[in-house]
Amino acid sequence: MPNNSSHLPFVGAFDAARPGLPGAGLSWLKDFRETGIERFNALGLPSSKIEAWKYTRLKPLEDTDFQPVTDDDGMAALDTVPSLLPNPGGRPRLVFVNGRMRPNFWIEGDLPDGVHLDCLRDVLTRNPDWAEAHLGAIAGDEAMPLMQLNKAMMDTGFVLRVDDGVEIEQPIEVVFIGGLTDRPVAYFPRNLIKLGKNAKATVVKHHFGQGVGAYFANAVTEIDIGEGATFNHYTVQAESRDATHLSTTHVRVAKDATYESFNLAVGGRLSRNEVSVRLEGEGGHCGLNGAYLMRGREHCDNTTVIEHLAPHTSSREVFKGVLNDESRGVFQGRIVVHKNAQKTDGHQLCKTLLLNTGAEIDAKPELEIYADDVKCSHGATTGQMDETALFYLRSRGVPEALARNLLVQSFLGEALEEIKQDDIRQALTDKVVHWLPAACFLSEEWRDA
Amino acid sequence: MTTPKVISREATSSELDADYKWGFTIDIGSDLAPKGLSEDIVRLISAKKEEPEWMLEWRLKAYRHWEKLKFQAPKWANVKYPPIDYQDIYYYAAPKSNAPKSLDEVDPEVLEAFEKLGIPLQERERLAGVAIDAVLDSVSVATTYQGMLEKHGVIFCSMSDAVKNHPDLVKKYLGSVVPYSDNFYATLNSAVFSDGSFAYIPKGVRCPIELMTYFRINQADSGQFERTLIVCEEGAYVSYLEGCTAPARKTHQLHAAVVELVALDDSEIKYSTLQNWFPGDKDGNGGVYNFVTKRGKAAKNAKISWTQVETGSAITWKYPSCILQGDNSVGEFYSIAITNNCQQADTGTKMIHLGKNTSSKIISKGISAGRADQTYRGLVRMSAKADGARNFTQCDSLLIGDQCGAHTVPYIESKNKGAIVEHEATTSTISEDQMFYLRQRGIPPEDAIALVVNGFCREVLQQLPMEFAVEAQKLVGISLEGSVG
Amino acid sequence: MLEIKNLHVSVEGKEILKGLDLSVGPGEIHAIMGPNGSGKSTLSHVIAGRDGYEITGGRIIFQGEDLTGLEPEIRAAKGIFLAFQYPVEIPGVPNTTFLKEALNAIRRYRGEDELDAMQFVKMMREKTKELGISDDMLKRAVNVGFSGGEKKRNEILQMAVLNPVLAVLDETDSGLDIDALKVVAEGVNKLRSPDRTTLMITHYQRLLDYIVPDKVHVLAHGKIQRTGGKELALELEEKGYAEFGEAAA
Repeated sequence: MPNNSSHLPFVGAFDAARPGLPGAGLSWLKDFRETGIERFNALGLPSSKIEAWKYTRLKPLEDTDFQPVTDDDGMAALDTVPSLLPNPGGRPRLVFVNGRMRPNFWIEGDLPDGVHLDCLRDVLTRNPDWAEAHLGAIAGDEAMPLMQLNKAMMDTGFVLRVDDGVEIEQPIEVVFIGGLTDRPVAYFPRNLIKLGKNAKATVVKHHFGQGVGAYFANAVTEIDIGEGATFNHYTVQAESRDATHLSTTHVRVAKDATYESFNLAVGGRLSRNEVSVRLEGEGGHCGLNGAYLMRGREHCDNTTVIEHLAPHTSSREVFKGVLNDESRGVFQGRIVVHKNAQKTDGHQLCKTLLLNTGAEIDAKPELEIYADDVKCSHGATTGQMDETALFYLRSRGVPEALARNLLVQSFLGEALEEIKQDDIRQALTDKVVHWLPAACFLSEEWRDA
Repeated sequence: MTTPKVISREATSSELDADYKWGFTIDIGSDLAPKGLSEDIVRLISAKKEEPEWMLEWRLKAYRHWEKLKFQAPKWANVKYPPIDYQDIYYYAAPKSNAPKSLDEVDPEVLEAFEKLGIPLQERERLAGVAIDAVLDSVSVATTYQGMLEKHGVIFCSMSDAVKNHPDLVKKYLGSVVPYSDNFYATLNSAVFSDGSFAYIPKGVRCPIELMTYFRINQADSGQFERTLIVCEEGAYVSYLEGCTAPARKTHQLHAAVVELVALDDSEIKYSTLQNWFPGDKDGNGGVYNFVTKRGKAAKNAKISWTQVETGSAITWKYPSCILQGDNSVGEFYSIAITNNCQQADTGTKMIHLGKNTSSKIISKGISAGRADQTYRGLVRMSAKADGARNFTQCDSLLIGDQCGAHTVPYIESKNKGAIVEHEATTSTISEDQMFYLRQRGIPPEDAIALVVNGFCREVLQQLPMEFAVEAQKLVGISLEGSVG
Repeated sequence: MLEIKNLHVSVEGKEILKGLDLSVGPGEIHAIMGPNGSGKSTLSHVIAGRDGYEITGGRIIFQGEDLTGLEPEIRAAKGIFLAFQYPVEIPGVPNTTFLKEALNAIRRYRGEDELDAMQFVKMMREKTKELGISDDMLKRAVNVGFSGGEKKRNEILQMAVLNPVLAVLDETDSGLDIDALKVVAEGVNKLRSPDRTTLMITHYQRLLDYIVPDKVHVLAHGKIQRTGGKELALELEEKGYAEFGEAAA
């Protein structure tokens, strides 16, 4: 193995594990993995000299001797699976523990005909031709090291296929549970989502960590939204405090199709949510929204690119951050309007609240415009809590700690409002409330008044 | 009132582009050092200028540093050009005549050249209220109104004279804002700069007239590396103007200048630029590469205001910046950048907030037409100590035609919860409705575009001193000629 | 003065005017009334020479000259003024600057001397005083932040300054309350002159209560359907455009 991967000790360990990775018998997959590792070795881990990684360093990865997960790690004892949504009984759900699918927690729910939900391993076994045609079809960026690493190492993930014209109203929940091992482990989910013409589906991804100790998840999700289809994509990232969570999502939006997403990050020592959306057909729309709440020395990076490639496409992006203690937030959002994408409508907003001096935000909202008849704008603000508003609430008898919580909630409201489904918005709002200091539960004097 | 004509005179001749009205060349013998850069050339420049030892040492330090950087010209900007052969450039070009002791001794050819540009160097033809330092190629040829300024204790002279006559001031402040090791082009400049302007405003003095430096590149294949240093002592004030033109040459000319502003406690420096270097012809032949480092340092309660109108140059790479070191200091950046045909510009500012209650304002108006590409690149940094600091940024881009590009790349870094940063950016075009409305009122299309663009830029134009504002408005119109399809 | 003969106009391939005939003499005021979508705005735009309106047949003769193919600014210089239904905002350009540019462009075209700043200011003072418009409006950017009434008054002010031979008022009454309408009508009446021909395009009769036309034409389905005196307007007010294919407004 070339030298430049020497700074990544865990790569060697994986070399040994590779014969056991899913689809080991498929020769095309072997080649696919080979090109991935070669490319990764050539690129190395991204350094801060690369513009897209200016503000996020992958230091923890270099210092930790990550090991591949074993079947035992996947079978870690688990009594219940906390569900994000109420009444999980009837909703389709897929559960992964340390990257291994747990059939005993799988709820088939009432998936209608034409909706196929499987884990990647099964698809590689049962439907290798489909997998060959679709793996890397949307996410093929050779310049992205982490995507290349995932390409080589992918060992888990799910595949959702929705046939033409099929709509599923029930959100499909996918739960990834990390931690619960006696040593640092790494896993590499690859998720494929494909919606046929005029199809409709909603996926809620819930990442959370249990126990203590470092683990590393490097996921790649490929989403292909057919003509006139709608895909709603919600993610809650609540990894444990020692976890590294890197996620790369590539989305292709066809004519008159819609991609709506919301990413809520409330955990992880180091997390990066990198999304690239290509609006390839006229009338395509994407809503790319998110919120992050960080404390301690957590670091959260949201890096997004929305490319308008066809006329009459629109995009809307709202990201809100709340940073406490010595945490650090990074927002890099780029809107690209290509030459013939006239009549594009693209708006982006990124606002950050610093609760403590010591916390840091680095924001880089970018516009890259090559067409003249377009409406594009972005806005970015950073600042602290509005002292006047705080005083106003207190003067009305609201205790200070509670008033602060209310103002954080109100600040995040503008982003959460972008979530159209009520139950999901409520679920995410609850997550936000849980993140807040417990002041609202302690303020007995106010509750009794 | 006479105004400095950075624009609006008919060209006599030009090698290349009949539309660039400042494209004439003048035929005055030039004293040229051989092409290429070496330690010997640095020594030669220093010797030509009869510099003291400390100045030579500083240049050599810079040169040696540049040797290390040699192949590391910055690549991050959104501009494209073939590699520059730094050994194929004249690093020293001066009008042949000996340095004039007074205006009467200035070569009549040179006087006439500046006359043509609308810059009368004869004090009797006073350019009302403006003192001018005229820099031709790398050398200051004349500075007007020195006598009057002296009475107020204001020093305004060429950098060469300052090194000779005010060594203590130069020693103290040169490189104090832009160190010789700052960046590739600043390092190059530090090694080979041949002239530029120096201004010093003593404590409590409000400079009675505007100071202006007029830069002109004449020599073919020469680089221009001027260095400007302005020092405002406590409570002082100065308004400084800078104008630039160059002949239309087939080859590219390199301009790598450095400007340093030192604003001590309670002082104010207002720095305005009309940059109209030759932009190249319609197909991108020729034109100036304008790679400039401009930065000011503001002490307590001081204010630095940059206003720039950038219409020229084939490539502009320029980020006039403010280091807001003192508490309550203020930084401003007002910019109009127009790119047409094949021009490229990557320009913006950096506002580094270090002191408490510092504030900055950035208003950037970018206009892109033809096949031009333009990027606003800006940094606002709030340090952990910058309690109560504030920034407001408004970045607007106007695209004319569907072959051009406009990009906005702001960097916002804040480590202080008490600091407030607000950034807004928009992009738009001139609507068909606006064009029809104006034309229905009798205004021809090119004038209509100029009118809309001037309106778009109004906030920035208003910042310019009167003498410059009128010229700037015309320049806006002229720069966009031919952009209507 | 203005002769329109068998005019056919298409927009994006769709025929809007289908053989329109109209003749307006010097100093006359004519009203063109018609239901929505009858081609009223198309007529005003095509007289002013807006791009995107294709004349597929017929001619527009202004002072004996065929206007076909002339650029809008040339038509303006020849004395055609269009008061817009929706006046356009030009951010950052003060009203005075705009008007001075326009007036001097027209004067240049006519071979007249341009007005210098002093002369222009003097003239503007007279015009604003005459029309009872505050100077404040002159300093503001063209139509930016103007109320509906202010925008229309601004159109009338421009008309006073540019002093056209033919004024086309496109739905000048739309979006105005009765007080604003009176002010605008008063302005138009003040500018009434034997040297000026006016074409008022409107959906409603109420404007004609204040500006009394010499003739009223009904435009529907791309043609003038009826022509009469001011009493025709009253009749339309009563009966609506039902006769011409639209339910009473």
